[in-house]
Amino acid sequence: MSYKVTEEGNISTVFLNGEIDMDVTEKAKEVILPIVESGKEVHLNLKDVSYMDSSGISVLIESHQKALEKNTKVVVKEVSKSVLKVIMMAKLEQILNLE
Amino acid sequence: MNLSESKDFAVSTASLKDVRVFCREIFEKINLPQEQKDELVLAIAEAAQNIVKHGYKGVEETTDRMEIKISLKENNLEIGFFDKGKAVVPENVKHRKLDDIKPGGLGTFFIKQIMDNAVFKKDQEGWVNHLVLTKKI
Repeated sequence: MSYKVTEEGNISTVFLNGEIDMDVTEKAKEVILPIVESGKEVHLNLKDVSYMDSSGISVLIESHQKALEKNTKVVVKEVSKSVLKVIMMAKLEQILNLE
Repeated sequence: MNLSESKDFAVSTASLKDVRVFCREIFEKINLPQEQKDELVLAIAEAAQNIVKHGYKGVEETTDRMEIKISLKENNLEIGFFDKGKAVVPENVKHRKLDDIKPGGLGTFFIKQIMDNAVFKKDQEGWVNHLVLTKKI
């Protein structure tokens, strides 16, 4: 997994790339959670994420819940078809902010 | 088409990618919709992850290996997982309730959603656990 972060005003966009499994979830959390903790709105762009398992889904849930605690939000954007299927299997499409 | 292939992997999160590569190479040989292949890869990777995450919970590093065997016979797909981790008590293998939104607890749910059956067998010689996932394809 690789990533890129861009900032515009109070919005940080994290572009994740590759496959997100248990081996890389700590790295993903290290990138995303501190930004959420800072109170910024985070956009997670998943267009280049080709695979995500339950560990990756846990990162999305944790980020979403942390954002609620901090009165901000995480928006999940441009979800690839394969990742959307996993999100829907977990019945999270109504919970996460998908765009 | 009938086939049977197996491969062993280091018990490590770093092996999960290798597990997916192994599965994808095998499923390339089977005439199935890509969507179904992706689901099967997810189920297998989740089961392998459970071995690393739960079977070796608290173990920093191990030289143990786990083995995955994929067999197809007359449209019956069977995937066996062999490991030497902590003995699994099948009754304790549960996924979280879906409306209890929190990180974790979804791997087993995904496996149950994708596969027809998941059974721990007691026929393993030289192994501690033998999980068998089956699906009619």
